Amino acid sequence: MSTVTLSQRELRRRRKLGADYVAPSPYTLKNALEKGDVFTKLSILIFGLGNVVRKQYVKGLIYFAGEVLFIVYMITAGGTCFKNLITLGGNKPTSGWVNGQYVNIPGDNTVLRLLYGVAAVVFCVVFVLWWILEIRSAYKAQCLAGKNGRAPSLMDDIHTLFDAKANQLLLFLPIAGILIFTVLPLIFMISMAFTSYDHNHLTLFNWVGLENFKTVFSNSGSSAVSGSMFLSVLGWTLIWAFFATFLNFFFGLFLAMIINRKTTYGKNVWRAIFSMSIAVPQFVSLLVMHQMLQPTGAVNRLLQTWGWIDGPLPFFTDATWARVTVIIVNLWIGIPYTIMQVTGILQNIPADLYEAAKIDGANWWQIFTKITMPYIIFVLTPYLITTFTGNVNNFNVIYLLTRGDPAVNGASAGKTDLLITWLYKLTVDRNDYNLGAVIGIMTFIVLAAVSLITYRNSGSYKNEEGFR
Amino acid sequence: MSKHTEVKAQSQGFLHDQRKRRIAADVGTYILLGVLSVIWLLPIVWIFLESFNKNTAPYQSTFFPTEYSFDSYIGLFTDRRVLDFPRMFMNTFIISIFTCLISVWFVLSVAYCMSRMRFRGRRSFMNLVLILGMFPSIMSVVAIYFILKAMGLTSDGMTILALILVYSAGTGAGFYVMKGFMDTIPTSLDEAAMLDGCTRWQVFVKIIIPMSKPMIVYQAIVGFLIPWLDFVMAKVIARTQENYTASLGLWLMLEKEYINTWFGRFAAAAVIISVPIAILFIVMQRFYQESMSGAVKG
Repeated sequence: MSTVTLSQRELRRRRKLGADYVAPSPYTLKNALEKGDVFTKLSILIFGLGNVVRKQYVKGLIYFAGEVLFIVYMITAGGTCFKNLITLGGNKPTSGWVNGQYVNIPGDNTVLRLLYGVAAVVFCVVFVLWWILEIRSAYKAQCLAGKNGRAPSLMDDIHTLFDAKANQLLLFLPIAGILIFTVLPLIFMISMAFTSYDHNHLTLFNWVGLENFKTVFSNSGSSAVSGSMFLSVLGWTLIWAFFATFLNFFFGLFLAMIINRKTTYGKNVWRAIFSMSIAVPQFVSLLVMHQMLQPTGAVNRLLQTWGWIDGPLPFFTDATWARVTVIIVNLWIGIPYTIMQVTGILQNIPADLYEAAKIDGANWWQIFTKITMPYIIFVLTPYLITTFTGNVNNFNVIYLLTRGDPAVNGASAGKTDLLITWLYKLTVDRNDYNLGAVIGIMTFIVLAAVSLITYRNSGSYKNEEGFR
Repeated sequence: MSKHTEVKAQSQGFLHDQRKRRIAADVGTYILLGVLSVIWLLPIVWIFLESFNKNTAPYQSTFFPTEYSFDSYIGLFTDRRVLDFPRMFMNTFIISIFTCLISVWFVLSVAYCMSRMRFRGRRSFMNLVLILGMFPSIMSVVAIYFILKAMGLTSDGMTILALILVYSAGTGAGFYVMKGFMDTIPTSLDEAAMLDGCTRWQVFVKIIIPMSKPMIVYQAIVGFLIPWLDFVMAKVIARTQENYTASLGLWLMLEKEYINTWFGRFAAAAVIISVPIAILFIVMQRFYQESMSGAVKG
């Protein structure tokens, strides 16, 4: 069993991963099915048999219990769940005579049908994995029993869980958490994009294929969602993310460099002042800003008492004003983060680079463009990409500051709505879950495309050791 | 670094000129930093003073209050009929303690596995986490609510448990910073321990965890802060007043039906929440920077 000839794919993997490469386990499903003895093969049907025969009673029983549980589940509930997942829909609530009594019969709730259906699919996948695990385990027990005279006992297995296979023990709960509360909701939500689950069909709905994508991208019809609206929201989202990311970056860089000047005194004091806005929880400062910038709010009052303006400035009521306002308020929030990031990096730039440049007669502008900037961009590209994605998904700033206002008559998205706040409004406020899901999928596609393209073209990807 | 370097780089001859230019640059710098500091501090100072304002109306004729009192603070904690702030505060506190413990454990164990162990699927897991992070988190809020409902966790008494689950379940995905830190701990330590007969588990508990202390403090504070800073999830899941979290309460106080009577108390609540968070944040910063310089120097 010790020497396994590696397939072409494995060889390529090994070359690509280098030191990270992990040889495949010799106890694969394929080997088990080909070389397993009669008990291993019987384990295909009776889970855990192979383990029990090799005196791994507890392990075998656990595998068997899993099989029994799954079969019971499929007979009692799973089958119906699958049927319901395919048809969706359901019965309307009715009332009628049951056993001589007039009763209300509650109707079905299609959301639950969809959820249970998705869960049933997940259970099936888990069951197949369980099956593979079980057969491999049976085969492993067979091999080890043949080699050592006995298969590892329960205590041995538990010991391995704390030692060589500690990853299985440690990762079990975190991965289960991610699966249940991140992956399952995502699958569930993505599947909603293909149904008619909107404010008109809150209890009963059906599969509609790509209908919702058509609604979002077509301009026909008088619905609150249209292709042109999608484009305008997408456009504003990208503009916002661009300015929010790069203005923050450049102003932050500028301030960090000014504070970092040799002759600026009280560096720590200045940095502390600018990090005040990080320390105050974002939603508090945003709500406060929202309050201050109202037409009758504190800022307008102040400017009016000083006599600088006659009427209140339309911070959140005029589309252009509102857009500029959110970008500027975001500077207030974002610049301190950039200062924090950049300060560390500025101090890390190797001093000999500067010395060499000065000896060669470079002026400060040349030093800035040829040394400082490339270095910072090289280090910060991943950070910039994350900030950009973070800004595309920046729910708090927009929702707490403007709620997407100024609103547009009859449209579901206001002038400052990002894709993400639009998604929120569609699902939570208007109950148009299907359209919200479509927007969510589109947001993901936009984000994935942008980050992939920029990352692939960035220096830190192409040339990992550029500054080493 | 700007003007200063230029002159220095060119020549030493124009001593007089150099001094003048440096002073001009210094003055410009201080004026700019001063103005910006005022802008940065203004909202914070404003809300702080506003919380002591005797006149609690949301819109006032002056920028800063004219009369001061503690009424808003007293009202916030004694008037519990309409919005029960002390209860919201306690709810959030309980949720955040559990979230903190669970998230630290999850992040530590995932980071340890990713940093120290080599197994099949490790790379795929790391890539998958990156991809999952690109889906907008708001998207799954409603779906999570339905899942909790199917699990029977949305009834009144269970909301706190539901929120703990929601906040902590996915935290394992935030292992990247911790992994980066653990990567700086020399593997020779592990190897020596394993030669002496330690299991992987013992290496984790007895060597890696004690060495990761600064990062654990950072992670604990991050975990502790999640429930205080989130309000979207809480808004969808906590449907009744008794289960509101503090951030949800703050948001509610500025809604149309409450703002006129609650603005002063909003300011007070904002200060009460911000002060501990700010302190935690400053502590966290220190530990973060400490841990960024690596576990063991050299």
